[in-house]
Amino acid sequence: MRNLITLLLFILPASLVAAPTVDEIVHRSNMTTYYQGEDGRAQVKMIITDSQGRERQRQLTILRIDAAKSDAIEGDAYLGGQKFYIYFHRPADVNKMAFLVWKHLDQDDDRWLYLPALDLVKRIAASDKRTSFVGSDFFYEDVSGRRLDEDRHELIETTKSYYVIKNSPKDADAVEFSYYKAFIHKQTFIPVQVEYFDKAGNKYRIAKALGVKNIQGYPTVTKASVENLKTGSKTVMEYSKVEYDIGLDDALFTERYLRKAPRRQLR
Amino acid sequence: MQIYTFIMLALLYSLAAYAEEPALPGGLDDLSSEPDLPMGLDSSESDFPKGFNDEGSLIDPVFTITGFIELRSGQWIDKHSYQAQRPLNEARLQLELEREFSTFTFTAVADLIYDDVTNDRGIALENGNGWLDLRTANAVFSPTPFMDIRLGRQILTWGTGDLLFINDLFPKDWNAFLIGREVEYLKAPSDAIKISLFNKSVNLDLVYTPRFDADRYIDGSRASYFNSTLGRLAGTDAVTKVDRPNDWLHDDELALRLYKNIAAYELALYGYNGFWKSPGGLNPTTGRALFPDLAVYGASIRGPLASGIANAEWGYYDSQDDRSGRNPMINNSEQRLILGYEQEIATNLTLGMQYYLKHMEDYAHYRRTLPAGAYPARRSRQEYTLRLTWLTMNQNLIWSLFSFHSPSDNDGYLRARLHYKHDDHLSLEVGGNLFWGDDQQTFLGQFQNNDNLYTALRYGF
Repeated sequence: MRNLITLLLFILPASLVAAPTVDEIVHRSNMTTYYQGEDGRAQVKMIITDSQGRERQRQLTILRIDAAKSDAIEGDAYLGGQKFYIYFHRPADVNKMAFLVWKHLDQDDDRWLYLPALDLVKRIAASDKRTSFVGSDFFYEDVSGRRLDEDRHELIETTKSYYVIKNSPKDADAVEFSYYKAFIHKQTFIPVQVEYFDKAGNKYRIAKALGVKNIQGYPTVTKASVENLKTGSKTVMEYSKVEYDIGLDDALFTERYLRKAPRRQLR
Repeated sequence: MQIYTFIMLALLYSLAAYAEEPALPGGLDDLSSEPDLPMGLDSSESDFPKGFNDEGSLIDPVFTITGFIELRSGQWIDKHSYQAQRPLNEARLQLELEREFSTFTFTAVADLIYDDVTNDRGIALENGNGWLDLRTANAVFSPTPFMDIRLGRQILTWGTGDLLFINDLFPKDWNAFLIGREVEYLKAPSDAIKISLFNKSVNLDLVYTPRFDADRYIDGSRASYFNSTLGRLAGTDAVTKVDRPNDWLHDDELALRLYKNIAAYELALYGYNGFWKSPGGLNPTTGRALFPDLAVYGASIRGPLASGIANAEWGYYDSQDDRSGRNPMINNSEQRLILGYEQEIATNLTLGMQYYLKHMEDYAHYRRTLPAGAYPARRSRQEYTLRLTWLTMNQNLIWSLFSFHSPSDNDGYLRARLHYKHDDHLSLEVGGNLFWGDDQQTFLGQFQNNDNLYTALRYGF
């Protein structure tokens, strides 16, 4: 007993000193998930499995560039606008389509979709960010991030491996969840598991990191899943050819390259 | 000591139960309720699937071949004697080849068609009739970092309208549009060179078509139209005969677009020198339809407004062969305007609305010289369009409605379509095209006997 108390006395102050604040945890996690490096590329394969076991696949390449050229958490230096270029390979009906998103922190995203069969650059109206991304169980927000100031964050538990954060929306009517619980890995700040609870308090959606790799020093989720417990549908996403700081040109994220895919950068 | 251990265990257990934590996986000796560490964060790095991340790129560096095979069949709702037997009944194999060379990329898209309606087994690359419709065959290259060139057969589109076009004077296939082909076939190919110049302050697109590429206009061979010589609706009994300008380098077209983005707003200026793309005149002695000279100047803006996207586009159609408007056999000059707005009004439900105006210049001259008994067009044609797109079943079932309605001419056109993606390859579609109008002579009223329903099955690869 005395040993235990001694142990607690020894550990507790130390962990209190070392423990980051909630703010720091969520910012570090946000940076790790969405902002690592100045730019990046990944090839993505998604397998969507519905409740009856039927599978659909998506294959796409994502290019990203950050306006903020820093990964520093201090003073929110890492935060800023981002641009995404998404090029679809599969299924056949979306082959060679390209999707361009200019994500802003303070206003709606700008989005363009290029339909090669029509040579049409279509401007896409801003939409509910919590709707399916390309028919999968991932939401737009899961792919491009959710603004931290849209939720209140609370550290409810610290386990051996995780900070457990409860996130409650400031505008409860704007979203379908009443709160979500994120298990954030203490060393890497990767959200390993995120559980969404509905207004009745039932868990209905789980996002998981299934595989992590160290790529150029950046801890990177290379396999992830989202499961919808209500519909029984599940999507597994695998990232390959992940690279950071490849020196992408900002000009790549324009109409020019919607009409003429930047094949070298996509490969 | 034992009792404390027991209490600790009980406490942890009750906490775990309270939090409804996932059951602990076997092999873990600590009792925390946390999720497993994913591969890569745990110690079992070697468990990571072999080969993952070592796979080939999704983009083949050299050569790709993709495409689809499609069966598409339609029926007139009320068939008239002057219409083709059916609007369409065809099998189509589309092959798309892309080959990358060190300095350029070559793309070809060819449709091989078995068409049961026209029974045309020849090849007519210009109008797409016959068993081969070559949609694309071009090379893309960048001679300098600020220039892209696309040379050869290509599909071209610019402008801001949704199924309405002012400054986009690239060829359209109105037959395909009205009889129920996939909307991508609304665009017919151009044989042209497109030169794009990019600059920090402004970008320029220049498209030169050495020989006029007309629309694939409604000529009566499938759908019926108003024949002004006969003074009635006509079709296969009076297929339009045309004098098409077709001298290389002489009957050419030049289109340009100057554009730039200011913040989220896209601004563009346009110019065009060529011909009316669908027949815009009549030779009274031969009775053949003409494509008179046309120049177009215009501008557009598109950007966010409220929680949607708004666009405005204007163009002046300078009918160069009838500038005074006194020649009743040639279209008068026109002002054209589109105002549009699109917004997601509910999750997965998008609403688009447009106002479209065609305003004739020199209307007094037009009325004065109009032959006796001819139907007088109104000075202004106004149109409203409405688009509703609803994605259901995880975006695999798409409901789509697009309507055109002109209050000034009292005519309209409704496009309805239901598209189901059965899996990653197979899709099914049913749809219909419905037309109405008080008069047979108005722009959409002339198609009032072309109501049709169609169904299609497509396998993509």
